[in-house]
Amino acid sequence: MFNVVRAELRKLRRPTLFLGTMGAVVFFSGLFSALLYLLIDSPQGNADRGQVISREVLALASGGVQGFASVGGFLGIIALCVFAAQTAQEYTYGTLRNLLVRQPSRMKILAGKLISMMIFALAMIVLSAIISITTSVVLAPTVDVSTELWFSTEGIEYFYTTFINVVISVIGFGIIGMVLGLLLRSPISAISLGVLWLLIVENLLVAVKNSTQSWLPGSQLTIIASGGSADVTYSHALATGGAYVAVGALVASILFVRRDVAN
Amino acid sequence: MPNTAISVSDLSKKYDDRLAVSHINFEVPLGTVCGFVGPNGSGKTTTMRMLLGLITPTTGQGHILGEPIEHPEKYLSRVGAMIEGPAFYPALSGHENLMVLARLGGFPVERVQTLLEKVGLGERGKSKYKTYSLGMKQRLGIAAALLPDPKLLMLDEPTNGLDPEGIQEVRALLRDLANDGTTVFVSSHLLSELEIISDHIVMLRKGEIVFAGPIGELMTKQQPTIIAKSLNHSDLSKIAEIAEKSGHHAVIRNDSVHILAPMDWAPILNKAAFDAGITLAQLAPQLPNLEETFFEMTGDK
Repeated sequence: MFNVVRAELRKLRRPTLFLGTMGAVVFFSGLFSALLYLLIDSPQGNADRGQVISREVLALASGGVQGFASVGGFLGIIALCVFAAQTAQEYTYGTLRNLLVRQPSRMKILAGKLISMMIFALAMIVLSAIISITTSVVLAPTVDVSTELWFSTEGIEYFYTTFINVVISVIGFGIIGMVLGLLLRSPISAISLGVLWLLIVENLLVAVKNSTQSWLPGSQLTIIASGGSADVTYSHALATGGAYVAVGALVASILFVRRDVAN
Repeated sequence: MPNTAISVSDLSKKYDDRLAVSHINFEVPLGTVCGFVGPNGSGKTTTMRMLLGLITPTTGQGHILGEPIEHPEKYLSRVGAMIEGPAFYPALSGHENLMVLARLGGFPVERVQTLLEKVGLGERGKSKYKTYSLGMKQRLGIAAALLPDPKLLMLDEPTNGLDPEGIQEVRALLRDLANDGTTVFVSSHLLSELEIISDHIVMLRKGEIVFAGPIGELMTKQQPTIIAKSLNHSDLSKIAEIAEKSGHHAVIRNDSVHILAPMDWAPILNKAAFDAGITLAQLAPQLPNLEETFFEMTGDK
């Protein structure tokens, strides 16, 4: 298993993938957090879907991680793309046969791939947390938001809780990407379907009927990152999102272990 | 310790209603070079995939280095393979691609550079795989197959895309490996190459074994051809007539007659031609080569 993780990390640390992904994380984490403060007085709102997050809310102990929590869903989409591409490319390049000749245990290959991609996702999340919080700390005083409570014991607890929630959410999105990669065996198809569903289909369904956000997989994972929402509790999102991820992972694992490698 | 590297019994693979491989039986002795030949779609790659645990057989058993193919984890650490051409990550260099496989298999990473040099890629190891020519990709595939210092090497068309010099190098490499005790199981369309290096041949046609055994046994089973040339071109048809009258099939090709007959019939033809007033310029019994045998046995020409 350790050998599989080391082999997979070598693929994940190639400059175009690693630097490209981390560059996107830096840019969007900075942007999401900066807009929260720069648009604080905008009538169009300063957060996702026109929401307004006021100075008073940002000055709370949870304010310091507000930007980080809001970028969680976006990190999830990046994770979905990376996990899907890294899994499906083994089929399109024909490299799966090489991997299985060198490590015949298919479950070890799958588990090693997952662990290595989780390490990659963790690096993304840590970088995002650093950029988001630094941006918040730098910009808050410029728009008269007090940061006093951010560094209180309660504020630090909020940081840890949000960090864990974002990790669960991002890895959940990543596993969905991996499942799509295993099922569709094509990076383009897996990423297209995943992104189309999460960014367009789910948003349309929620816009048409708000109650659907209690059951849609992408919504559950985004709500986990935010620690719950006004309409869906954290525990409901965790249970429902967890069930989607577990069932998907189980089906994909059985297929991966049993399916002939004929390409 | 078994004395066979590969042993296959009643092995089949069915896709929907089509039998890609049909109840095949063959053995490959340890330390030999075994050519695996057959027309496209005859089931060579499917057989190799079954032997490597990549696809599950529909029926039958197989053993690799004495271990059943149901448990590839017991033998794959001693097997090197390149199936259906080289397959690597385009964005990684040749060196990095081999490092991925070396880490995965738990092989010494020092072997990577040694093997790159062995296959002539020592100076291009740091270049990205996507910049490699077909021949270089093929060489990298061979290097990857050699990573475990294999007891059994399975190569599918290893000379595809190689220039004549490269083909010669691969031939010498495979022969050296066999001399050092590695069993080489190799499929190729270059039958003349296989004829030079192989001790054994397994021949497939439409998923069925046509021949499996020592190459010498295959050749001696084949009827030789007697090639006769006359001083006068007009006598060729008379020679063909003499052969046909004696019950031997004969055809005129260019300036000679090709007669399917045993070698000891050559002096009889010589006398019959002399009696008919024909002066022979050449009379040469000739065993068919592997290519001719292949076409005859697989019925492709």
